[in-house]
Amino acid sequence: MISLIFRRFLAALPVLLVVITVTFFMVHSAPGGPFDADKAVSKEVLEQLNERYNLNEPVWKQYFIYLSNVVQGDFGPSFRYPSRSVTELILTGLPITFELALYSIIFAIFIGVSAGLISGLKPNTSYDYVPMTLAMAGICIPSIILGPSLSLVFGITLQWVPVSGWGDIPGDKILPVITLGTAYAAYCARLTRGGMLEILNQDFIRTARAKGLSETRVVLVHALRGGLTPVVAFLGPAMAGLLAGSFVVETVFGIPGLGRFYVEAAFNRDYTMILGTTIFFSSLIIFFNLIADLVASALNPKLR
Amino acid sequence: MANTESSLYEDAFRRLFSNKLSLFSFCFISFITILAILTPWIAPYDYAYQDLDLGPSGPSMAHWMGTDVLGRDLLTRILYGSRISLMVGFLATMVALFIGVIWGTIAGYAGGKIDTVMMRIVDAMYGVPFIILIILLMVIFGRNLVLLFVAIGAVEWLTMSRIVRSQVRSLSQQEFVLAAQAMGVSSVDIIFRHLIPNTVGPVIVYATLTVPQIMLLEAFLSFLGLGVQAPMSSWGILIRDGAVSMEEYWWLLIFPSILFSLTLYSLNFIGDGLRDALDPRTVQN
Amino acid sequence: MKKIIYITLIFLTACSSYEKPVDSSLETQVLLIGNGTEPQDLDPHIVTGVPESKILMALLEGLVIRHPDGKSPLPGVAQSWDISSNGLIYTFNLRKNARWSNGDTVDAHDFVYSWKRVLLPSLGSQYPDMLYDIKNAEPFNKGEITDFNEVGVKAINDYQLQVTLANPAPYFIELLTHYTTRPVHKETIEQYGSIDSVGTKWTRPGNFVGNGPFNLKEWQLNKVIEVEKSNTYWDNSAVKLNGIKFYPIDNVTREDLMFRSGQLHITGSIPQEKIDSYKTLYPQELKIFPYFGTYYYRININKPPLDEKLVRDALSLGLDRKELVDKVAKGGQEPAFSFTPPDKNGYYPTTKLEFNPTKAKQILNDLGYSEENPFPKIELLYNTSEGHQKIAQAIQQMWKTNLGVDIELTNTDWKVYLSRQQIGDYSISRAGWIGDYPDPKTFLDMMVTGRGNNQTGWSNQEYDSLLKKAANATNQTERFNYFNEAEKILMDEKPIIPIYTYTRMYMLHPDVKGWKSNLLDTRPYQNIELIRD
Repeated sequence: MISLIFRRFLAALPVLLVVITVTFFMVHSAPGGPFDADKAVSKEVLEQLNERYNLNEPVWKQYFIYLSNVVQGDFGPSFRYPSRSVTELILTGLPITFELALYSIIFAIFIGVSAGLISGLKPNTSYDYVPMTLAMAGICIPSIILGPSLSLVFGITLQWVPVSGWGDIPGDKILPVITLGTAYAAYCARLTRGGMLEILNQDFIRTARAKGLSETRVVLVHALRGGLTPVVAFLGPAMAGLLAGSFVVETVFGIPGLGRFYVEAAFNRDYTMILGTTIFFSSLIIFFNLIADLVASALNPKLR
Repeated sequence: MANTESSLYEDAFRRLFSNKLSLFSFCFISFITILAILTPWIAPYDYAYQDLDLGPSGPSMAHWMGTDVLGRDLLTRILYGSRISLMVGFLATMVALFIGVIWGTIAGYAGGKIDTVMMRIVDAMYGVPFIILIILLMVIFGRNLVLLFVAIGAVEWLTMSRIVRSQVRSLSQQEFVLAAQAMGVSSVDIIFRHLIPNTVGPVIVYATLTVPQIMLLEAFLSFLGLGVQAPMSSWGILIRDGAVSMEEYWWLLIFPSILFSLTLYSLNFIGDGLRDALDPRTVQN
Repeated sequence: MKKIIYITLIFLTACSSYEKPVDSSLETQVLLIGNGTEPQDLDPHIVTGVPESKILMALLEGLVIRHPDGKSPLPGVAQSWDISSNGLIYTFNLRKNARWSNGDTVDAHDFVYSWKRVLLPSLGSQYPDMLYDIKNAEPFNKGEITDFNEVGVKAINDYQLQVTLANPAPYFIELLTHYTTRPVHKETIEQYGSIDSVGTKWTRPGNFVGNGPFNLKEWQLNKVIEVEKSNTYWDNSAVKLNGIKFYPIDNVTREDLMFRSGQLHITGSIPQEKIDSYKTLYPQELKIFPYFGTYYYRININKPPLDEKLVRDALSLGLDRKELVDKVAKGGQEPAFSFTPPDKNGYYPTTKLEFNPTKAKQILNDLGYSEENPFPKIELLYNTSEGHQKIAQAIQQMWKTNLGVDIELTNTDWKVYLSRQQIGDYSISRAGWIGDYPDPKTFLDMMVTGRGNNQTGWSNQEYDSLLKKAANATNQTERFNYFNEAEKILMDEKPIIPIYTYTRMYMLHPDVKGWKSNLLDTRPYQNIELIRD
């Protein structure tokens, strides 16, 4: 186990290097620069700005300057927010996005796995159809529609909860968590159901049943372990996706998280910020995929 | 050999259609597809024709699904939109499916160093910022629908490959694969004959989940200028535009959403039916 | 399962009792403003955006203050000023009770220091041209002169500032309402860096030293910037509010929901779809005011067939501007027949652009375009936005039916759009311009040969010389005549096709009293208060 973690950690370094390299050259060749604005800046000012951020050097040179800075833990200043460093921006947004993602994934697992379990155990009955129909609806409705709809109903018509903010007014965390969690809950439900159907057909379950074990024991101890494999494989990318993809929900509900910085950086051509968030998110993805693999092998001893 | 295979698929189809829901769904998808193909001949109006004096109006005899803010017939726009959305949805899912399944199976079956390298490549690709990638692709290749599929497929296969790989890894430890290996069956045969068919379940489930994602992603790509250009539309674009004015002009959101959801439900039921029908274990029984 | 439902219901009912921020604001007198995108920074010499300008209005005060009704500026740090008879020398008499928030006196040296900072090439300010009317300011900013003493700004004594202009600029006092010309606190700047350092921590809450009616209290990124009433401000009695919260909101739908659920007093804009229904639903809250900006299409005159003036004439003749504003834009905009928006109290351009499809078609026919030899398909570039897309689609249909001209729409993200315009890789592109100060120069100067924002490739010597004449004119009537002549040339040649004059549309809570409107949509926060009728 520890050697696996260690090996994966070593393997992560070249992955990160590849990501940095590809992203670096991609952002520098994308059209539009960080200082393009609707009021065109004069040539003199542009030169001044380029010099300040080392953008007047050849790109390969900038690349090595950047790499050596990153190795020393310096991700540079943001171009969009000149008085903030990339590290500062990430550290401001991260705890909020992390909190949002965590609540959402708990919501998703709780709702999704229970719904999937119920339908998987009684396939092709109304215990199956109702949760699965809802799950499909959850997947179909994009958060850009779900968020404003929930806000309209619960925020404007019923006036139960605030429509914007994060931790300012009591109750303002409810709608964002539901909005972000719903689609993932639906995925979990469908994957759990699929996994359960798969596993309940297998010989060892039949053996367990034949041995006269109670149905609850068969389901919760034997079947659920294997039946959750696809869910677990999905959770790794899902957690990373939740963190990186919380952009829409953050925008819809005005949450000052990292997802907005990530997407806005791309639109603003904020080179250092794009690279900083990319490195950060790549590390997260690698980390969560590792966790997912570890959990998978814990659930399925044969894989060790 | 050929004989048993054809009977296997015949069997599968027979069982697929014995499931009423699947049958109904299949008919619905075929219907929508035919409508999409015939759109240029059957659409009541021109998709770009505006009636600015009329403006947004609710469903009526002249416009069954109402008109949008520029007074364009919504039914026509939905029909034209279905062409784009169905094409993008299916083709991109195919691309994702194809790459993802093969990549995941090879990695899962080979294990060891090959697995590590292949999965680390997947990790790296997850990390590359998608928006910048799209903007660059657009600059390099210009605007182009084929490119759109490639771009979408190139992103969506990642999760697919992880799911397939984890499935294959647990399968490859099972007796029937070990038995096949002991009998000297070639790896290629094992992969295509034993492993891939056995991953069908989760793959189909995930694929039916991928189609809606892709259809909606297409709307986002249009935002970046890579998708379809106005005045052409797609379901994703219609739904996104409809969402903005859902309080004022409900029909602009409801009609595209209903059609979108029905299509996805149908795909989903077909997927479920297919999985049950194609599952080698159920065949054995 | 039932239990869960009950618990959820109880929980939700408990939440229903939250107090609306606008209600509690009556007590606290804190104004809640929806303020567009997150500010880049709060350094007046670095930032360029509208959201920043709204916040800096509260934090810093210049020599003069923008008049809330849009009339001539009011005295700010300068109590009075004298202008020499040739219009070139301005002497400002500074008030002796103006204070920085740390208690220091605001004096003439602060202004000299601050303006030097703006003009220093090494600072890289993006708005130095605000001060270019001052003698030798431009050469200093471009590095041609290195001695700041040659620039026409000097402190005669602690409370007298003398400014020498390069040319008479009757709008100079108006320029001084712009945030670029506001002072910064020398000791604070140098505590966190040097005169020309950018991005230091001096703009953070706790560090920021300002001289405006409010002090910076809190700055949470992407969440809120809060300012509180300053007790060192010289005109303290005019400040009725205890504070202002500026919420960065870059999503109109959310802003609208926030307003309707009582989380905001003032929004930055209104979702376009809602304008119609809000006219009846919220007649009291909905505000629509004229705005000093023009929505227009830029034409790349180096791209055939657009290099032919007659083609541009035809395109303009084929546009039904009235229909566009009434049926598509719908926000009370006025059709534009000139580049500079007409100002009833000032410059009123006399140009006229007619809608005449028959004449337009005739022109194209005469040029040899017909069914057999159709007009080549041209591309219309715009940055992704629903509003621009609607206008573009409507124009596409107008040109198609009125002229038989096919255009292809291309939308891209903001930065691609900007860079394609800059390198001239477009045929027709959507553009908009909002004046920085209430004078035609802020528009017309843009089209002078080689200006960074011209971007059409258009150049006209007569036009350039008319603008030069206007710059040297001493009286306003004479100046406006030159501008009008220039405007005529511009509208005849049509390197740009104006479409409509902007309006400002936003929601304003009835509790807000003393909120005035003006053409530039900027106003000081003095004399605004929250009272419920």
